[in-house]
Amino acid sequence: MTTFWILAPVMVLAALGILFVRKAVHAALLLAIVMLSLAVLYLTLDAPFLAFVQVIVYTGAILMLFLFVLMLVGVDASDSVVETITGQRFMAVVAGLLLGAIFVIGLGQVTLATATGLSGPNAPGNIPALANLLFSKYVFAFEVTSALLITAAVGAMVLAHRERLEPKATQAMLAAQRMQDYADSGKHLGPLPTPGVFARHNAVDTPALLPDGTASEASVSRVLAARGTVRSAPAMAGDIAGIEKQLGQAPHAGRDRSAPATTEEEAPAT
Amino acid sequence: MTDYVVLSSILFTIGAVGVLTRRNAIVVFMCVELMLNACNLALVAFANQNGNLDGQIAAFLVMVVAAAEVVVGLAIIMTIFRTRRSASVDDASLLKY
Amino acid sequence: MFVLAEGAAPVVHPAAASGVFSLLWLVIALPMLGAVVLLVGGPLAKGRLDRNGHRIGVALPVLAFVISLAMFIQLLGRSSDNRQLSQHLYTWFEAGGLKVGADLLYDPLSALFLLLITGVGSLIHIYSVGYMASDERRRRFFGYLNLFIAAMVTLVLAANYFGVFLGWEGVGLASYLLIGFWQYKHSAAAAAKKAFILNRVGDIGMAMGVSLFFVTFGTTDFTTISANANKVSEGTMTALGLLLLLAACGKSAQVPLQSWLLDAMEGPTPVSALIHAATMVTAGVYLIVRSNFIFDYAPHARTAVMIVAVVTLLWGAIIGCANDDIKKVLAGSTMSQIGYMMLGAGIGPAGYPFAIFHLLNHGFFKADMFLGAGSVMHGMNDDVNMRHYGVLRRAMPVTFLTFAMGYLAIIGFPGFSGFWSKDRIIEEALTQSWWAGVLAIVGAGITGFYMTRLMFMTFFTDRRWAEGVHPHESPPVMTVPLIVLAALSVLGGVMLIGNWIVNFLEPVTGQIAHENPPLSSLAISAIVVAIVAVGVAAAWYFVGRVEVPREAPADVSWPVTAARAELYGNEINDELVGKPVGALVAGSTYFDRYAVDGFVEGTASAVGGSGLVLRRLQTGFVRSYALSLLAGAILVVAALLAVNLA
Repeated sequence: MTTFWILAPVMVLAALGILFVRKAVHAALLLAIVMLSLAVLYLTLDAPFLAFVQVIVYTGAILMLFLFVLMLVGVDASDSVVETITGQRFMAVVAGLLLGAIFVIGLGQVTLATATGLSGPNAPGNIPALANLLFSKYVFAFEVTSALLITAAVGAMVLAHRERLEPKATQAMLAAQRMQDYADSGKHLGPLPTPGVFARHNAVDTPALLPDGTASEASVSRVLAARGTVRSAPAMAGDIAGIEKQLGQAPHAGRDRSAPATTEEEAPAT
Repeated sequence: MTDYVVLSSILFTIGAVGVLTRRNAIVVFMCVELMLNACNLALVAFANQNGNLDGQIAAFLVMVVAAAEVVVGLAIIMTIFRTRRSASVDDASLLKY
Repeated sequence: MFVLAEGAAPVVHPAAASGVFSLLWLVIALPMLGAVVLLVGGPLAKGRLDRNGHRIGVALPVLAFVISLAMFIQLLGRSSDNRQLSQHLYTWFEAGGLKVGADLLYDPLSALFLLLITGVGSLIHIYSVGYMASDERRRRFFGYLNLFIAAMVTLVLAANYFGVFLGWEGVGLASYLLIGFWQYKHSAAAAAKKAFILNRVGDIGMAMGVSLFFVTFGTTDFTTISANANKVSEGTMTALGLLLLLAACGKSAQVPLQSWLLDAMEGPTPVSALIHAATMVTAGVYLIVRSNFIFDYAPHARTAVMIVAVVTLLWGAIIGCANDDIKKVLAGSTMSQIGYMMLGAGIGPAGYPFAIFHLLNHGFFKADMFLGAGSVMHGMNDDVNMRHYGVLRRAMPVTFLTFAMGYLAIIGFPGFSGFWSKDRIIEEALTQSWWAGVLAIVGAGITGFYMTRLMFMTFFTDRRWAEGVHPHESPPVMTVPLIVLAALSVLGGVMLIGNWIVNFLEPVTGQIAHENPPLSSLAISAIVVAIVAVGVAAAWYFVGRVEVPREAPADVSWPVTAARAELYGNEINDELVGKPVGALVAGSTYFDRYAVDGFVEGTASAVGGSGLVLRRLQTGFVRSYALSLLAGAILVVAALLAVNLA
């Protein structure tokens, strides 16, 4: 029971966390905690097979699937705090409390005898015992699950499959399209600019500077921009002089022609 | 053994409230999984209480169903996201009066 | 009041037709062919038939007349026992126990009708060539006329009531088409509809009668019905007789279905002469005489026929007294004269031959006068108002003389055809019941009045023509038929020589139990002639000796007002039928619109309204649905818990 009393508060807290964290990834990680704790509890309840299935299937497969989808949908997708449906949150809490109250009342009426324990049924080992049951008494349900799984797999493929509505663009077509865009709107023909990689900092998150000193947004990954972790090169320029002083160099020593572009003035223009 | 059942009830209730309050479809889904897991816990606990393995078999089947459900559900979420660039369940609310 | 004829009514027992008689079907087929060629072929021939179609239209009825005449002569050569012939063409239809053959019956009655229809019909066709010469739709006119001849011949030749019904509806159709021939005239179109609808009322009687025949006898053949007539109860026979009387009232414009005939004068004048004077309107008389085996066993139905007849003969005569439209006067006169025929038919076996006799004479002199009126209108720019005529005897002498022959015939001038036939009817009526006879004599007096008034206003008095009207005689193609018909009007009486027509019709009408009239025939004739003379003198007093105003005077006594309004026949129809039915329709419409529709639409809007409210629950938010789901689950669990705790 020690295990239970250690894990139970953890699980409740993690579950409550799912309710309150704003980012889906955090929720997924909290759910992983619950599931793994659950696996341990299964072990204490003489269900070693389920415990490992819990770890492998739930935590390993299903939760990973969640994370994959989160990755596709966008890690940054988070709920806004404002509730859109009037009274939904209040009613949900009331319903939850009601449900909880009913459970409490219901369980209060029940007195369980001392647990029988599974030492008897588990005598040939948990897995052989389960297998005996599964392939005799529950064989029909078991076979039906196979049909269910196949259906689910096919369904998922059908849903996720996207029919190509137009022919795949070839290199020639893409090139022609770029030329056309350039002719139409003056969009830059060449590759996107590299980010502003400064010597002092491995900075893919820092946009490159255009010749006029403004930041080029096209030089930073969209994902970083969405996460809001893009730095600003001019904002960091303030401590350049201090660093130079620390290094004992004369100010603007690197400003010769051969030096790499390390300052905002000479940041790669394109 | 009552403790396990109480824990299961608490988790179930939390999952239910989560389904009702969270708007990110994926998180809603996670809450559904939480409810299923709470059920599983109860099943396994009762199996132990009664001294037979039927509860464990039931929990196993729940897991299978949950797996199938997650596969299809996530595919649906993906499809919806592709067309409306949103994973909020409130945005998919055109089917109404 | 009545006694049944001694013995049974004659049974129809025809022999199979052979020789000339096997051409019987051609009398129907030839005019039908003409109608098909002219009506269907006309549009296909792209105008060629428009110029020459009337030749076909005239030739085929004339050919039918020639066949009829040949058959008539053959018939005269047979003994009177052998004068009923039948021709079975094919089985028309067979449904359950009902088997109807396309059978034709040729007997003395049909023979006379065939001669009248094809003979007078042919003359009127010839006349129409001239009368309709300037009408661009002459081909269609002749097509309709041929259709009418075919239908009318079918009516009189059919050997069962289904065939009669076919012809009955056929002439109704032709009548409708021809009354509304100038359908661009609103009045003509309305008159056609009126005639059609009022005829439908009579046709209901006919249709129900045919059904009752089938129910009673299991067939509609004359042969079977006449053979079994004595085995049926009198009540059934009376019902059959009254239904046939209703049919006859509709077709023959008898009270109470009389009001369509005057409006029917909107049709071209040859149509009025052929259909609404000589032939179709007498179909009712034919029907009653043909159904003598019914009426002989239904004395109450015969009384009804006599009452209708007497009322109509006075009604029509009174209408004729005040109308200024020459054709409407003649139409009123037609009603009145058909009343005489119906009177004859209602008297029973003694009256049947004279009803037919008068019918034939009337066919001659009324066709003559209608065609004469057409000739007058032809010369007067289609003006029908007699107040615009006067002294036309000088302008159109042939028309005048032929018209005068018809006039003398109708008023019953001694020696002329009408004298013989009308007097015999009056005599038989007096024999049967004094009131009918006296009223018939009064009717004869009124006839003398209105016909003399017409003669005076048209051919005598002063000239009252409108400006620019130049009355002239009509071309020979129109006057020759007039002369022929005038001659027939004069000479119609020869049929009575040696009681020929009575004997000739005996196989159909049966033996007559001769009863002596209350007065001698000579005395009755003298009285009738005297009464007619009074009528003629009255006409001279009111019309002939004074100046006729060109506009009808407005300050007239109430009888004149009533007669001008056609004795309020239309108003009576309106009040008794039109308005109640109108109110019923309005009520039904109101009920349908507000009660039925209100209930249906109220239910619909209640459902729709609650839907409008309830659909608000369908927000589209999955989480709302999930909340409802959870609430439901809580309810269920709570209920289970409550049950367990209790």
